[in-house]
Amino acid sequence: MKSLLAALKKGAVLVSDGAWGTQLHTRGLKSGECPELWNITHRTDVYGVAKGYIDAGADMIETNSFGGSPSKLGHYGLQDRAAELNAAAAAISREAAGDDHFVLGSMGPTGVILLTGEVTEATLREGFRIQAKALEKGGVDALCIETMAAVDEACLAVRAARESAGCEIICTFTFEKTAAGEYRTMMGVSPAEMARAVKEAGADIIGTNCGNGLEGMIDVVREIRKTDQSTPVLVHANAGKPVLRNGVTVFPETPEMMASKVGDLIEAGADIIGGCCGTGPEHIRALADTIRKR
Amino acid sequence: MNELVEKIGHCVERGKINKASPFPGNMKGQDGADELTRQALEAGMDAEAILQSCIAGMVRIGEKFGRNEVFVPEMLMAAKAMKAVTEHLKPFFQSGSVQAKGTLIIGTVAGDLHDIGKNLVSMFIEGNGWNVVDLGVDVKPEKFTDAIRKNPRCVVGLSALLTTTIASMSKTVREIKALFPEIKIIVGGAPLTMEIATGMGASGYARDPQGAVTWLTDIKETA
Repeated sequence: MKSLLAALKKGAVLVSDGAWGTQLHTRGLKSGECPELWNITHRTDVYGVAKGYIDAGADMIETNSFGGSPSKLGHYGLQDRAAELNAAAAAISREAAGDDHFVLGSMGPTGVILLTGEVTEATLREGFRIQAKALEKGGVDALCIETMAAVDEACLAVRAARESAGCEIICTFTFEKTAAGEYRTMMGVSPAEMARAVKEAGADIIGTNCGNGLEGMIDVVREIRKTDQSTPVLVHANAGKPVLRNGVTVFPETPEMMASKVGDLIEAGADIIGGCCGTGPEHIRALADTIRKR
Repeated sequence: MNELVEKIGHCVERGKINKASPFPGNMKGQDGADELTRQALEAGMDAEAILQSCIAGMVRIGEKFGRNEVFVPEMLMAAKAMKAVTEHLKPFFQSGSVQAKGTLIIGTVAGDLHDIGKNLVSMFIEGNGWNVVDLGVDVKPEKFTDAIRKNPRCVVGLSALLTTTIASMSKTVREIKALFPEIKIIVGGAPLTMEIATGMGASGYARDPQGAVTWLTDIKETA
């Protein structure tokens, strides 16, 4: 297991990978199919996505386990296979990454809201533990708890990961710009609140993912840096806000457009930069080239 | 308006469910929607007046949400407080002294398993006095058309969170319109815009729950 923190101490900005969902869909994953089941049924395709990002120049890749919590897998009746599917996800990315690149085990939100009482903390904690343990067993270097919106769920995930796995922990939230021009998650959490809460819960690296394009991420990182100047910040940015063209969903930001703003993102304080929805290997190649030429 | 009735509406707006609920922090220990509605009905107050006060409270919080002054937690708590009120009002609905405004059939389209937004809209519309038939998530077009057959005078609401399920939503609109050209369909969800909604042939689009309530009210009045 390698340390991202140690690698970051050397001073270089590191490059992460791009979207997984988008890439799996282009390889034939249908809406309504369980993406994580592809770790077993379509291993070659999942490996292809992972390898595509390594070949594009990423220093690290994620795993196909975003919806790998028992709660999410339960929609497909696969909750009892959580450990198996997460371990398989990690093993595929490990194989693609080899020993020289990092693997981040993706852990997305469970889709249930603690506040409403529809689920107990104990149930969610147990789910996060199963996922974290399996990802570590499968060979990840760090866990990436991402697309979070609620402080309670994110902190529960960070603590559960800390208790059940020995690797480093990243936690990123998804923010949207409000009418007043501030950034908040759908649950109303600001970047500053996020930074304080998940750091206290034990995250080693904090940050933001998804969103509406690279430009908004610059503002979010600035907000985080007002509160926290020392914790490394990871950004996984969407290729803009999707639009519908001739019945097909298109993400408007090209690799060149994203790469042209990456300097400002680094200036703002980002330490690890990659893509989210709508990005592919070409976006990552453009980001990697620009970042390494700096 | 009677002070107690007004207070119930305030509890709904603030999401104060009952005395035991710790939310919101500055109303801790006070009677909530549950206790106050019981008191009001025991004192013989009009169920319709209570309902109207609560609907006004829902509109106020819904508008704040639309202006990004409050977020999902406040909306969820308001909807829960509304539910606490409607539990008490159920006998009046059943006796016919309070009438439902109409029926909305709602669901997240096929291929999409996200329900937070759909549930929120569903609770808001129900709180506004509509009968809501919630078909859940990953709802195939046939399930919508079956439900329409059982509720021929309904309005349909479609939800999608994923950009990849916009196509599925579009297909659902087409299939419903092919069988029931008169049925009104409203769509919503994070990846949608008015332009996308119009492009797929939907009758309406709302960017937040209150927008959906306003749209429903408008079409009911013009119907």
